[in-house]
Order: sequence, then structure tokens, then C-alpha cells
Amino acid sequence: MKADITPAVGKLRVFRRLMSRRSAVAAMLVLALVVIPCAAAPLFARYDPSAQPDIIALRSQPPSFAHPFGTDPFSRDVLSRVLYGGRVSLAVALIATLVSITFGTAYGAVAGFAGGAVESEMMRLLDALLSIPRLLLLIAVFAAWRQLPLPAFVLIVGFTGWYGLSRVVRGQVLALKGQDFVASARALGAGRARILMNHILPNVLTPVIVAAALGVGHVILLEAGLSYLGVGVQQPQPSWGNIIQDGSDQIARLWWISFFPGVAIVVTVMAFNILGDELREALEPRQTGAG
Amino acid sequence: MTEPLLSVENLRTWFHTGDAVAKAVDGVSFSIGSGETLGIVGESGCGKSVTALSILRLVQQPGRIESGSRIMFEGKDLVTLDDAAMRDIRGNRISMIFQEPMSALNPVFTVGDQVAEVARIHGHGSRRDAWNRAVEMLSLTGIPAPEERAKEYPHQLSGGMRQRVLIAMALIMNPALVIADEPTTALDVTIQAQILELLVDLQKRFGTSILMITHDLGVIAETASRVVVMYCGEVVEEAEVDTLFAAAHHPYTEGLMHAMPQLSEPRARLNVIPGSVPAPTDWPSGCRFRDRCPYSWERCEREHPPLYEISPTHTSRCHLAVEPEHRANPHPPLVEQLGVSV
Repeated sequence: MKADITPAVGKLRVFRRLMSRRSAVAAMLVLALVVIPCAAAPLFARYDPSAQPDIIALRSQPPSFAHPFGTDPFSRDVLSRVLYGGRVSLAVALIATLVSITFGTAYGAVAGFAGGAVESEMMRLLDALLSIPRLLLLIAVFAAWRQLPLPAFVLIVGFTGWYGLSRVVRGQVLALKGQDFVASARALGAGRARILMNHILPNVLTPVIVAAALGVGHVILLEAGLSYLGVGVQQPQPSWGNIIQDGSDQIARLWWISFFPGVAIVVTVMAFNILGDELREALEPRQTGAG
Repeated sequence: MTEPLLSVENLRTWFHTGDAVAKAVDGVSFSIGSGETLGIVGESGCGKSVTALSILRLVQQPGRIESGSRIMFEGKDLVTLDDAAMRDIRGNRISMIFQEPMSALNPVFTVGDQVAEVARIHGHGSRRDAWNRAVEMLSLTGIPAPEERAKEYPHQLSGGMRQRVLIAMALIMNPALVIADEPTTALDVTIQAQILELLVDLQKRFGTSILMITHDLGVIAETASRVVVMYCGEVVEEAEVDTLFAAAHHPYTEGLMHAMPQLSEPRARLNVIPGSVPAPTDWPSGCRFRDRCPYSWERCEREHPPLYEISPTHTSRCHLAVEPEHRANPHPPLVEQLGVSV
């Protein structure tokens, strides 16, 4: 099935509307300031994140010109660790969100479009999955599998994060299925696959895009929490969560170790949340349109 | 007339809900010749839209076309055709214009894309060919500056323009039959006239047959050559348009004619047919119109009237055809006697 019509959520129009909103621009700027240095960590970090240059002379240094975020008890540069850790945290969040968005949209769309027995079976399964507490499940999985490879971690987070979206998508598909333009497409000879791919899915893009932006922020928090608990990204690989954990036992004395990754998390998650809300605003007007 | 293009024979489309069966269309027959416009009139709930959807086999569950129904089109029975062949007919040989131009277009695609999509579903031309054809079709429907308009989204166009886009979508494959389901109901009166004129124009140009479904006798008078009047899932009268307007036979048709506002007679109140359409799960026995009919007598309750032939081109499902004397003494319809609010 090829999508042979240009999907036209009016990309340009949405972008322009987004750029005309101050908090959206601010959120995007903040994200650029965080994401670019993290993504290109080897270019921005002055030190190897796991190098311990002088464990006696350079241990536990407060922020200084040479080490803007200070150093930890192993003499590692916290700024470099935050940058490399951000690379891991953001990558985990983006890929896991991509997995859950894709799967959630597909699941919800199929359930809503199929209807009947297929739909009710799929929704029962979803109810069952929803009743499993996600955090406990993740802790159990990670506790049972100590040396979890990072890709597996990402997939598990991704495959436990799609339930809510698939319900939203199913609801939208259900509503769209009854729309006149769907009936019209069918009356003009469009088959089921074409109707789903070309007529229904482009119309559920709005909640999906918004869910994606909000989802990234959510997964960053989740990863930080899990890594803080020691069941997420494993040392020596840094992530925002496990750097905070590094500093947590001496937080009063060596506050900078936990403080800077904490700020990074707060700022990034907030920016993603604002961006999500702004995207919703920017995408919605087309629904009402001009009479 | 030779072999008709479409002939619907004893069409019964029933909806099976729980233990009740709604007989929305209950034994309808009619035919349309090549290049002809047939009107179907009737009030809401009489089964005219379900008839249209049945022809395209678009009736949704729990609706079902019952066995014994036949819809012959170009030598094929559409009732038993397989799904792939049916999809090939939809939009290609038979297409449909929907009532609501606001909602019958997909809000996230340009109108040009939507017209071109129909050509791409059925044709094998390139994307560019389809687009060019779409623009040409839009220009035939009288859309000014079609190249630019084709790149706009539905919400950027007015209701009349959108209806033109729907017409372009319906006609791009040059179908043999177009089903127009209340094509002008959602439009301003002035735009209505333009759209009807356009339909008639394009029909002449392409030789398309039109099945015009409406509750508006004015639309029928302007476009159709023959009319089928439906009531309670049945055809109650069929006639040439002039005959129907000059000498309607069935009391229901008569009532419809009376209910039209007359410019020549100044009146304060509009005539109405008392009562409303009975529930399709429970059609009355005998004549289905008898409760609302001013002429009904004992026979109407006892015997379901067949379609009587009034003339070779005029049929009516009313016992008055054989006992015309009952027309002489109208009485208040039963629903009024029972004090049913109107």
C-alpha cells in the first residue's frame, strides 16, 4: 500500500502557526540548546565521560572554569557526563517513544477499523495490559535481567507505553469511520486498505503528534527514575538518571553532581511538554477550519 | 426504450436488529434508461437513501440485501457480484454524489488530490495524468481558476464550490450512472439552481444517467423525466414527471403536491400530510398509507394494494385505481380522528 496522495496536514501552515507562538519558540530553542550538544557530545565534551584523570587531586571539585559542573569522587568531569548521559537518555526516550507511537497507532487503528469481534477482543487485551502497573513490571523485568542490553531496555519501555495512545486512536478511527468522506471514498471505489491509509490515518495525526511530544518527556522521566533505582541504564554508561544516583549519597556536600543532570531533566521534559501542548494548539484549528 | 441501463427488481433491504427486522426497502422495482434522469421522492425514512446505498452495495451492518432482490446493471447482477468487481464499478461505472459537501470531502487533502484519487483508483495513468484530468474536470464543473483551486483544502472553498468538487469526483471516470442523494439540500437556494443546471449540462455532455434522490419536488421538476414516489419502503407511484404533476393518482403523492407552498395562492399555513411515517419494524397491514389517507375505506385495511396500471407509463399502489368512487368523499385521516398530534 503506497500512500500516493501528499499527506497535507499543511506542514508549512502548522509550522508557521507554531513559530508565531512565543512559548513554542522558546521550547524549541531550549530543546535545541539541550539536544544538539548532547547529540554531538564528542564535539562538545572536553573530557572522556568515564576517564578518571587524577583521582586524588581532581576528586569532588566544585564547579569551576575548567569543570563548569564540577567533578565527582572519581575525578570524572560532570559536564561531560551530563552531555554523554543526555545522549543516552534522549536516544532512549526518542526511540522508545517512536516504538510506542507506531505500535499504539497501528493497534488502535486496526481495532477501530476492524470493528466487531476483532475490536472487542483487542480492547479486552488492552484492558488487561492496562491493569499491569508499568513501573512495577519494568522493575521486575530489569531486576530479573541485571545486565540488560540497552536496545532491549528501549524496546521494553517502548512496548509498555502505547496503551493510552491506541485507545485515543481507536476512538478517533471509530468517529472517522462514520464520516461522509469515508462513505464517499467507498462509494467511489476505494478499498479498505486505501480508506484506512489515505483517508483515516492522516486524520488521526494530530493526537499522534501531540502524544509523541508528550511521550518523549514522559519516557525521559521514566528512564531517569529507573536508572536512579539502578535498574535502567547501567554504569559505567552514564545517563541523566544514574548520574543523579551517583551524587545522591552525598547530595548535601557534592550537590553539583545531582543538580546539573536534574536541571537538564526538568528543562528538557518541560520543553517537550510545552511543545506538545503548543503542537496541539497549532494542529487543531484546521479541524474547525473556516465555515 | 431498449434494454434499461439499470433495473432494480424486487429489492428488499432489511436491517436485522435484535429481534426486530426493519424493512427499510421492501420490494422496490424500477429501471433507468441510458441518459435518463429518474427521480425518487419521498419523505425521510421512506427508504430512498437505503435504495441508493443498496445499488452500490454500501449498506452497512446490520442491513442486508435479502435474497430474491436483483439489481441488473450492464448485464451483471450487482447483488451477487464479488467485492473486487463491485469496487471496480463504484466510482467507475456508477458513482454517487453525497448530500453534505461540508463533510463529504477529506479535510486533510487538497481537493485536486481527492478528485485525482478517483482517477488513480480506477485508471492506471501516472500521478501527473490523474492530476491533469482532475484539473480539467474541476474546470468542467465551472470552478474558476481550477489549477489554483485544485491546490486548496476543502475548508478554503464555499459550499457550492465543494459540491462542484464532489460532482467532479463523481464524473471523472465518466460513469454510466450517477446517484445523487439530495445533492442540493445543504446549499443556498441560488446555489441549488446553479448546481442542478450544472448536473443537467454535464449529463447532456457525457450522456450519463442520473438517479436523483430528493424530498424536494422542485428539484424533480427541474431535472427528472420520470419519477418514482416511495413510501414505507415501497414504490407507491411511478409516472412521467408531467403526468405526476398534472394528475397524481396516489393520495400520498397528492398530499406531497399539496404540501408544496403555492406562490399563486396566498395562504397563511402550509398544507401538511397528517401523521408521520410508521416505524419500519412494524409497517401497517393492508395499505401502509391508510392511517394518513383521507380516502381510506375498509378494503385498504384488508388488502395490501398492488401496483395498479393507470396508463402504460403510470402505476399507482392504491385501490382507488379500481374503485375510484371513494375519491368523492374524503374524510379526516385516521391519525387525526385518533387525535395524534401532527
